[in-house]
Amino acid sequence: MKRGGMRRRDFLKSTAAAAAGGALAAPALWSPARAAASRNETLLLVTENGPNNLDIQGVGTNRPGYEASWNCYDRLIANAIKTLPDGTRTYDRDKFDMELADDMKIADMSVTFTLKKKAKFQDGTPVTAKDVKWSFDRAVTVGGFPAVQMKAGSLEKTEQFVVVDDHTFRVDFIHKDRLTIPDIAVIVPSIYNSELVKKHATSADPWGLDYTKSNTAGSGAYKVVSWKPGVEVVYERNDGWVGGKLPELKRVIWRTIPSPGNRRALMERGDADVSFDLPSKDFAEMKHEGKVNIISTPISNGMYSVELNVKNPPFNNEKLRQALAYAMPYQKIMEAAMFGLAKPLFGGKSNDVTSVAWPQPTGYATDLAKAKALMKEAGVGDGVNTTISFDLGDGVTCQPIAELVQESLGQLGIQTTINKVPGSNWRSEMAKKSMPLMVNFFSGWLDYPEYFFFWCYSGQNAIFNTPSYQNKDMDTLIDGARQAAAVGDDAAYAKDVEGFISKAYTEVPRIPLFQPYLSVAVQKNISGYAYWFHRQLDYRLLSKA
Amino acid sequence: MNESVTIVRRAPAAAPAARPAGNSIVRHARYVVAENPVTGIAFGLFVLIAIAALIGPYVVPYDPLASDVAANLRPPSLAHWFGTDQLGRDMFSRVVVATRLDFVISITSVVLVFAGGGLAGIAAGYFGGWTDRVVSRVADTIMAFPLFVLAMGIVAALGNTVTNIVIATAIINFPLYARVARAEANVRREAGFVQAARLSGNGEFRILLTQILPNIMPIMMVQVSLTMGYAILNAAGLSFIGLGVRPPTPEWGIMVAEGAANIISGEWWIALFPGAALMMAVFCFNLLGDGLRDLVDPQRRT
Amino acid sequence: MIAKVGRRLLTVIPTLIGVVIVTFLLTRVLPGDPAVYFAGPAATPQSIADIRKTLGLDRSLPEQFARYVSDLARGNLGNSLSTGLPVVTEIETRLPASAELTLFALVVSMAIAVPLGILAAVRQGSWIDHVCRVIATAGVSLPVFFTGLLLVYVFYYLLGWAPAPIGRLDVFYTPPTQYTGFYLIDSIIDRDPGAFVAALKQLILPALTLGIFALAPIARMTRASMLALLTSDFVRTARASGLSNRTVIITYAFRNAMLPVVTTLGMVFSFLLGANVLVEKVFAWPGIGSYAVEALIASDFAPVQGFVLAMAILYVILNLAIDVVYGMIDPRVRLEG
Repeated sequence: MKRGGMRRRDFLKSTAAAAAGGALAAPALWSPARAAASRNETLLLVTENGPNNLDIQGVGTNRPGYEASWNCYDRLIANAIKTLPDGTRTYDRDKFDMELADDMKIADMSVTFTLKKKAKFQDGTPVTAKDVKWSFDRAVTVGGFPAVQMKAGSLEKTEQFVVVDDHTFRVDFIHKDRLTIPDIAVIVPSIYNSELVKKHATSADPWGLDYTKSNTAGSGAYKVVSWKPGVEVVYERNDGWVGGKLPELKRVIWRTIPSPGNRRALMERGDADVSFDLPSKDFAEMKHEGKVNIISTPISNGMYSVELNVKNPPFNNEKLRQALAYAMPYQKIMEAAMFGLAKPLFGGKSNDVTSVAWPQPTGYATDLAKAKALMKEAGVGDGVNTTISFDLGDGVTCQPIAELVQESLGQLGIQTTINKVPGSNWRSEMAKKSMPLMVNFFSGWLDYPEYFFFWCYSGQNAIFNTPSYQNKDMDTLIDGARQAAAVGDDAAYAKDVEGFISKAYTEVPRIPLFQPYLSVAVQKNISGYAYWFHRQLDYRLLSKA
Repeated sequence: MNESVTIVRRAPAAAPAARPAGNSIVRHARYVVAENPVTGIAFGLFVLIAIAALIGPYVVPYDPLASDVAANLRPPSLAHWFGTDQLGRDMFSRVVVATRLDFVISITSVVLVFAGGGLAGIAAGYFGGWTDRVVSRVADTIMAFPLFVLAMGIVAALGNTVTNIVIATAIINFPLYARVARAEANVRREAGFVQAARLSGNGEFRILLTQILPNIMPIMMVQVSLTMGYAILNAAGLSFIGLGVRPPTPEWGIMVAEGAANIISGEWWIALFPGAALMMAVFCFNLLGDGLRDLVDPQRRT
Repeated sequence: MIAKVGRRLLTVIPTLIGVVIVTFLLTRVLPGDPAVYFAGPAATPQSIADIRKTLGLDRSLPEQFARYVSDLARGNLGNSLSTGLPVVTEIETRLPASAELTLFALVVSMAIAVPLGILAAVRQGSWIDHVCRVIATAGVSLPVFFTGLLLVYVFYYLLGWAPAPIGRLDVFYTPPTQYTGFYLIDSIIDRDPGAFVAALKQLILPALTLGIFALAPIARMTRASMLALLTSDFVRTARASGLSNRTVIITYAFRNAMLPVVTTLGMVFSFLLGANVLVEKVFAWPGIGSYAVEALIASDFAPVQGFVLAMAILYVILNLAIDVVYGMIDPRVRLEG
């Protein structure tokens, strides 16, 4: 026994000695600390999610991925920036600046761009019209979202894209479409370094999507020098950028911080520079406290609405839908979900609208008596049981809305269960088109009402047409409006637009609630922020005092 | 002489079954409580929680689901003792009404895992052989999973309802119960009273249920109280990820999870009161477990 | 000895097989169709079908399983759909982050819990005993994310003592060269005191949060085994021989009491690896837990399967290691055959 005990003691002693020895083994000489980038030239951006792909043309690229593409690649043209009366800056829907192109000539059925002679990709190769054609071809061929977005501006076939010479590129129109030029300025038709990407293409991946997923091969103002998915993206400025005025920030670090409370704490303590996906409540409160600057802009062509599936009972009944539209607690919803940071889309004069402004208020307002009367007319008794669903990722805004809607519906005798749908399931559920009631948000990049209706109300039954609304008359109006816009016939345009908006509001497959604001929190020493239709941050405009 | 030796000198309390029932249990209970006032407090808390669960929904001042957005995010006041939440609902009413749901979650979780894990464990310990091998393998497999992620996976796959949360909790606690039950049943397999029962002609299953189960109950009771606390914490953790109970159901876990974001903005009451209630309940269950252990088997006191 | 370890490993294999099968089934049962997710907005039934084919999800379940197992045998854990990186790479980078956090938390926890347990045992029945028990239990009675957020609020937001909860390293430090993946160790190897201090500072709050959670089992176990030992024969002899109280408690009782605590540590470690998930979310820690959670919410199969397998293997190795060490320390204990 004693012998065993001695061995045990020795063993324990020796392990302890080894551990202690290890700690002391560090050498006496310390090397100097690594150089860290200077705080003043670096922007620290914190958001809840980071990109899952640096290339917007990649498969399943998420929203943060759009931001990476926007800042690291150039487009031929870009919207100009204008300043609104209240001092906020926003993109100008109708005016375009040259970015990679030097000159744009619009002909009857085509548009020709002359490229900037000095334009170079970030690896030094000059930008030629060949690269532009390759990029446009890629955009319409890879399928998925990029192809669909291009189609929205009638950019569909590779034959439309013509290399005239090394520095001249032409887009031929299939038919006239007002949206073609604006569509060339959105993120999707970015210009890629075709030689570099082709080097990494394979027979299974002819467009090099795998390579551009984690490498930026563009000519943009910034390049990604380090990307740790789910943790951070580090950008450095491309000093040879010719697309516009050279940005002031040399370095941008984008960190993923999942907890919104912590993001707010970081902003308030000055440890982060920018954050833009905080809950509205935090923005409203921070605005009040004044420690940081809060800039809010209404989201163009965007609205939150309650959407009803019009194919299946019970909501295939139009009177029932109208009853719901009168039962919505609109004011409560705006306060509880957005804390005042929204524009109401209810309480207008009537559902028959007289202007082409979009979005604009419906003629509905909270009126429980009217709602109950319409329920009676609809012939729907008590005991309706339904489910209201929303995207868990947008839960901060959607959950209060869902809970308030549930309460109001209860007063109409409709029992509702709340269904939070996590992450990727939301798309699947939307695709299935089986959810009876949803709280959803949609905003279109191209700020025209016919664009919104094309996606959300037309008979092509796109995934965004969550109510599954298909109506021949509506399609006629939408098509009519698009054609009128293409030829510049304002009177016909107004007639059709007012027609389809009024129809949508009367038949109410979706009940508009409000137009939300996009808010961003910036430290007081940061200026230059401008709102973009894609709702992501443009680092090229920012500067730090 | 120091205190530790003093403890050994005291006569160990006899197991309740040895003497006529009733009197000695009460006396023994009183002795344990006197020796360990914390247990007494825990027991009192338990009674309070049970009362709140039973009559809570009937006595609260406001409807826990009624929103009043104009009065949202108000700090505690005379009108709203615990303040109001983002939709203006009264926090006090919600916290009290939540007691019932959380109590139900705890109890159903333990009943389920006891029925499943406990019985499987006893069978494994008593019969040995293949029963033992299968049950042990299942327990080991579950044990090898990172348990919280397994619970998340189960709830994500089946849907986030109270039933599924309870099922998930039961599954991840299965190995613990199975192991303890197995060990205890194994020890008692060849005990005298079991031999006697066998000789009297009782079938094996009958012996399992009527002899072994009652005997190991007291020891399992301790584990049960710990699991009750764990079930509520698990529900809270799932709510934080978004897989908890469905809104607007008042449940401490989801109220804490949703209120947690408001801590930084200064609306401390939204998370604090449900958090305190949750903490008190789990605390109470844990300490009750200790007390039960002292009551039942003083040799194992920890 | 080797034979015993080998035999033990054999019993572990069915467990691992079970884990692989259960995880595979579980991920396939998850709602949500990755194909729809990756078909992107404006997906058409055709594009969804195409993507499903590319992802290999149109095959039958047994066929998918066979593919998975054959990939596994070659060490290929598949690719994460959301990040596109191979799961093995992600696990390699993220596992050290979680392990460093968990180990540090364990150390912190033991530093508090073990003295607490000894104190409670030595002064058993007194108010100190009750206070120790209350403190330990309180730690485990709050949801771990709540503790974390509370600590951030008090120590970062209000007092400014703790650094920003921004991950493993402050933004303006470059991480040390990857030798082990443990920033503390790597920065020492790299001779970079700045990074070491920065990494240490970032570790404190999350480790404290996790550690508070682990206090109760460790303190309880220490107290229990100390109690059992303080009444044992050899301790009584030691006292009778006139050794000082201090020597008796520390040299005799404590060192023997640590043995059961070591076994509990194994359980506590795997339990912490689970609780890790929530702490990582709160502190933006780039660990394997947050990776798995995001993958689970996004119905991304490969990372979830990879994560579970990695954890299972870790758990098994850990338990084996503890048993072996235990067996070496205490000759009375034999490995089960």
